[in-house]
Formats: sequence, C-alpha cells, structure tokens
Amino acid sequence: MSKIKLTTVAFKGTAEQEAQLRQVLDEINSSEHPSVMTALQRAQAIYGYLPIEVQTIIAEEMGVSLEEVFGVATFYSQFTLNPQGSYAFGVCLGTACYVKGSGDVVAKLEECLGLKDGETSSDGKYSIASTRCVGCCGLAPVMTVNNEVYGKLTVKDIPDIVAKYQAM
Amino acid sequence: MALVNVKINNIPVQVEEGTTILEAAKVAGIKIPTLCYLKGVNEIGACRVCVCEVKGARSLVAACVYPVNEGMDVFTNTPNVRASRKATVELLLSNHNKACLSCVRNNNCELQTLSTELGCDATKYEGVKTEASIDGSTPYLIRDNSKCVLCRRCTAVCKEYQSVAVIGANGRGFDTHIACAFEKPLADTACVGCGQCIVACPTGALTEMEQIDDVLNVINDPTKRVIVAAAPSVRVGLGEEFGMPIGTNVEGKMVAAMRRLGFDDVFDVNFGADLTIMEEGTEFLGRLKNGGTLPMITSCSPAWIKFCEHNFPDQLDHLSSCKSPQQMFGAVCKTYYAEKLGIDPKDMVVVSIMPCTAKKFERGRGNQNAAGVPDIDYALTTRELAKLIKRAGIIFDELPDEQFDSPLGIFSGAGLIFGATGGVMEAALRTVYEVVVGKEAPSLDFNEVRGTEGIKEAEYNLAGQTVRVCVASGLANARKIMEDVRAGKSKYDFIEIMSCPGGCVNGGGQPIKSAFVRNNKDIKGERAKSIYAQDAAMKMRKSHENPAVQQLYKEYLGEPNSHKAHEILHTSYIPRNRY
Repeated sequence: MSKIKLTTVAFKGTAEQEAQLRQVLDEINSSEHPSVMTALQRAQAIYGYLPIEVQTIIAEEMGVSLEEVFGVATFYSQFTLNPQGSYAFGVCLGTACYVKGSGDVVAKLEECLGLKDGETSSDGKYSIASTRCVGCCGLAPVMTVNNEVYGKLTVKDIPDIVAKYQAM
Repeated sequence: MALVNVKINNIPVQVEEGTTILEAAKVAGIKIPTLCYLKGVNEIGACRVCVCEVKGARSLVAACVYPVNEGMDVFTNTPNVRASRKATVELLLSNHNKACLSCVRNNNCELQTLSTELGCDATKYEGVKTEASIDGSTPYLIRDNSKCVLCRRCTAVCKEYQSVAVIGANGRGFDTHIACAFEKPLADTACVGCGQCIVACPTGALTEMEQIDDVLNVINDPTKRVIVAAAPSVRVGLGEEFGMPIGTNVEGKMVAAMRRLGFDDVFDVNFGADLTIMEEGTEFLGRLKNGGTLPMITSCSPAWIKFCEHNFPDQLDHLSSCKSPQQMFGAVCKTYYAEKLGIDPKDMVVVSIMPCTAKKFERGRGNQNAAGVPDIDYALTTRELAKLIKRAGIIFDELPDEQFDSPLGIFSGAGLIFGATGGVMEAALRTVYEVVVGKEAPSLDFNEVRGTEGIKEAEYNLAGQTVRVCVASGLANARKIMEDVRAGKSKYDFIEIMSCPGGCVNGGGQPIKSAFVRNNKDIKGERAKSIYAQDAAMKMRKSHENPAVQQLYKEYLGEPNSHKAHEILHTSYIPRNRY
C-alpha cells in the first residue's frame, strides 16, 4: 500500500524548539496567505523531521485537521517523517551509481541494518536514505555515512562498513 | 447575473454567466458522465471523465469546472471525447479490484455504470495494482482501498459537510491512498461515524460493517425473543432500494416484510422518539426553571455526540442526558417489556433498523445497558434491511400494508418527524407548549424549524416567556453554533443538532444515490416531505398523547425524569481527544 515510513524513534523535542515553532506559526498565521507547506518547511528546519507531535501543533495552531497536514507532509519528497540517524547512511541512486549497481547496495544495506530505505532505527542510531546524484560519478556507486564518502562500492563491502559503525 | 448564449452539440441554450459546461449541457438535455464531481462539495476536475471539446480550445476541458462564456461551442460526444473518457476509465479499471460479483455495490456502482456506458474493456490494461488494505477498525465502517478510485468525494464530505476531516489523500503518485493522519486506523481518530463518506462513495471502497448474517442467525434461534424496530426515516428510504421513487413511504410494506422475516415483535423506534420528547422536554423545562445549563442541546444523533466529545469536550454539560430514541427503545424493551413478558432480558434480542451508521457505534457505548445487557443488540442500516428482504425472497412491492405490533409500535406524528432536521425541535415544542401554556399550540405545524437549510432559528412565546431555539444539521454548521456556545455568545435556550445535512432522512445508512441523482434531485427534501405528509394525516400528533407512553409511565416509570426514568432512559458522555 503505502511507502510512508512512520517513525519509531521516541520524540525528543525541547521546550526551546517548541517555542521557536509556535513563534514561526504565529508569523505564518498573520501572513497574507498562511500555508501548511510553509509551516512544514519551517518546522522541519527546527526539528530536522516532522513527527506527529510537531504536525499536531501545526494543525492546532493553523486551525486545520491533522490529516490535512499529514497529506501535505507525505505528498512532497522534501518532507521526512523520520529523524536522521546518528549514523546516516545515504546511497546515491543517481544514473551513474544506479547503472553501476547501487540498487543492490541499498538492498544489502537494508538487510545488514534491518531497516528499509527511508527508515530510522528506533534507537535513533542508524538511518538509510537513498539520494539523488551526489556529484562524484567517477566514484560510482557512492555511499555516504554522515560526512564519510565510500566510493566504487560492491555489495561485498557493505557488511564491513556497517560493522564498523555498529562497533562505534 | 448576465445571461450568455452557448451551443451544446449545436443545441442553442441560454444560461447564466459562470455556469459550468456540465450544467449548461443538462439544460440542453445532455448528461455528461462524471465521477469525482459532487455539486457544491467536490468540484475539482480531477478524474477527467467529464471531458468535452470546446471549439478553439487547445485541449479537452473538464466540463464540471469549466465555465461557459458567450458564443461558446461545446461538443460532448465526439470521437475524441469518447476515446478520452474510455481510456480514462480503462486506466482506472486497470488498478481496480474487480471482484464485482461479490461487491456490496454491484449494480449500484458508478464505476461499473461508466464502464458499461463508455463501452470499456475492463481488462485492457494489466499492471501493478494497489494492494488491498482493509480498515475495519470501527464497528460501523469498512474501507477497502483496492476499490478506491481516489475521487476524493469521501474526503470532501468529511471536511465540507462535517468539518471532521479525518480522512484525506496520503502519499503521492501511484502510492496515493485515502487514509487517516499517520496511517492510524479510523477507530483511533476523531471520526464520528456519520457514514456520509459511504453514501458519497461511487464504488465499494466504503461500506457499513454489515451484521446481516448475525441477525439471520438470531432469528433462527428458538431460545431468543427477537424484536425489530425501525427509525422514522427508514420508511421513506427503504422503497428506493426496490426501485420506488425517492421518498416513497413504505411503512406498511416494511412492517409486513419484517414480520415475514421472522421477527417476533415488529415495533417502532418512533415510540422511543415519543418517549425522548417526554424526557427531553421535561429536562428542558427543568433547566429553564431551575437555572440549569442552557442552551440545552439534543442528544439523538450519535455522530453529533461523538463530535461534541472530540471537539467540544468542555461543553458536554449542554447535552441533554437523554439516551437517543434507539437506546430508549431498546432499554424499555429489555426492562419494562421483558418484565411484562416474564422473560430474562438475556434471552431478548433487539434489532434496530436505522438510517445511520453511527448507531452501530452508539449501541456499544458505555452506560447504554439499562437491564445489565446492551439496550440494542444489532443496529442495521436501511440498506441492510433491504438486503435481508431480498435475501429472504420477499417480493417487496407486492406486500400488503400491515400495522406495527402493540404496545411499543404505537407512535405519534411527533415521534415520526424526528427523521427530518427540525423534527425533534417541533415535536418538543408541541408538547412543551402545551405543558407550559396549558392548552394546545395554535398550530401544530412549527414551520419556522422545518426545511433543509443548515441553520434555522425561531422564537416562541410560552406564557410570557420567550424561548429561543436553533436547529442545525451538518456538523460544519454545528461547529459554528458550538463556537458561539463555547464563547458564551449563544443566544439560544434549546438547540437541535443532527449530524447529517437535512437530518436522518439523509443519513449515512440510507439508500445510496448516484452523483447524478444527488446533483439534480433534492433527496433529503423529498424524503422529509413524505414524513411531514404522514404526520399531517395522523390523528395523534403529540408525544404526550401516545397511550403506550402514558401507560409506560403509569405502570413502570412514574413521572418523566423520575429516578427510575433516569436509570433506564438517561446516559452520560465522556470527553475525548481530537487526535
């Protein structure tokens, strides 16, 4: 049915973040055309993702239903319902990487981490996100983990890379 | 508004500027097929089934949203138009669960009709299909998205009529699906169960949670005394399921059919409605006299009650504590009537036939079990009753007219008009006026509170005291009224609220009409007219004159709002979260 990836990570929003969000929503509500999309963009900038706690505040403050907010949040690929993991695995699915087998790399990574593309482990440590071209096609297929770049990967390389982060 | 001249298939017509092609074509006697369009509610031009050619236009246009202008030349039936509509529907069918033979909407499905009318090949395109994902989390509704065409009619009525908006389109592209926020099951949301989404759905994606087989089983159980009773609106809807004109009153045939189905007692929820007036009218007069919480708001409509609990949990004191007519009826069956018969209420099964899906939720609420067992065992919709009748092989239109059984099948015109918006208010006024003023009201027709408008108001002088009343139907209208109540700005003493626009006659359990009928006929008006006609022809038009109700108080309950009446006929409410 749905490719929507709901988060299993516990919400750790702070009072400061909430105050910031409410201020942003006040601004948006007093603008000429208050839009849910703008609210979601600003909220994601504050929290890094859009969990139910955040979307509920947006719905209440903007006087729309939670489903209307969720509908927008799941329509646009710019929005994410999951926080980035402490170790964020990004696999390039751009043309060059894909031709060189990055699809298999994602599959192996999913297997090793027990997560699907777009998900974050419930302890918040690992996440997988397929990305567009990261701009170093010469290294295809490419994977990034936070700021580390791994190039010219094969499926066989993945278990060792994963093990390295699991040991950290 | 200026008039413009246009030609539809070379037929000249004159229509108001701004009229859509769809409506202009109707004037020219041409029906343009539609799927997503519901007049005034869902005008989004999304499905492309209504496309037409406009001379000089770059491409085909969606007739449902395209306004006509002076001199426009429209063609609704060209080879190009036909090919486009056909391809659109064939593509929809490529991702449709075509289990039509066992589908609840077989022969009453707008997609099926379109496919036939447009000459589609239902198997032309084979491809990936949306997986069946069934939400059967509530006791009243099933969603099966493998039959969904994403027309958004359900989400539109949920938001526009009801201001509930718990369903919407999630995801994008092929993964788009109608569901709740965060993919929650419907039961975990502020859904009120009104069923307006079901009657708006063109296909079998939405349907009530059926209990037909359970009812057939209890009828066949010789150890059970099985009682059936129908709500006022059922008798003016049921005939439509058998091809009769909208609003045909089939009370006599309905009674005959129920008897032939094998129910032991054929009673009427109208009796419960008369009883509601006794209790609610007394409660209102008490609040008026003793400075109780005003405005008092009616509690007959279970979807309204749930709406209030979710959205106005701080205002529950305004709700009458009276159970709904359905629940009062069941409670009286299982206490008074069971005692009279000398049987254990556990061996009694009460089946209600309702124009409503929320009644399936209401029967399972807490504090609805006067005899220690549920007041109502099964709440079926008008549609389910029609299916029971068809399954039993009863030739409905050839049935004789029969009478309800006594004593709980006796009712007044006041109980009957509960089916239309304003009916409860009018029924209450007929009795309250007489109690306060000491003589019958100059006219028993309180026309100010009749009609299908969403919000009506009136003032009545009762022995020097002005009583200000308001009647609202459709929960979006109720929300407006309640915002004022919450703000302390409400000027009313007594408010009637019904969840469905037009009241129960237009409930979510009533026969499903195609969008074409909905867009062009006043369904709720026709059904209401039929109810008021029966009331006008009745001798007994006031609830307090109902002899069976009088006898019930005399033999069993004592006075209205007595301690015993409270135990059996009143209930309580709980605050609920919005999310």
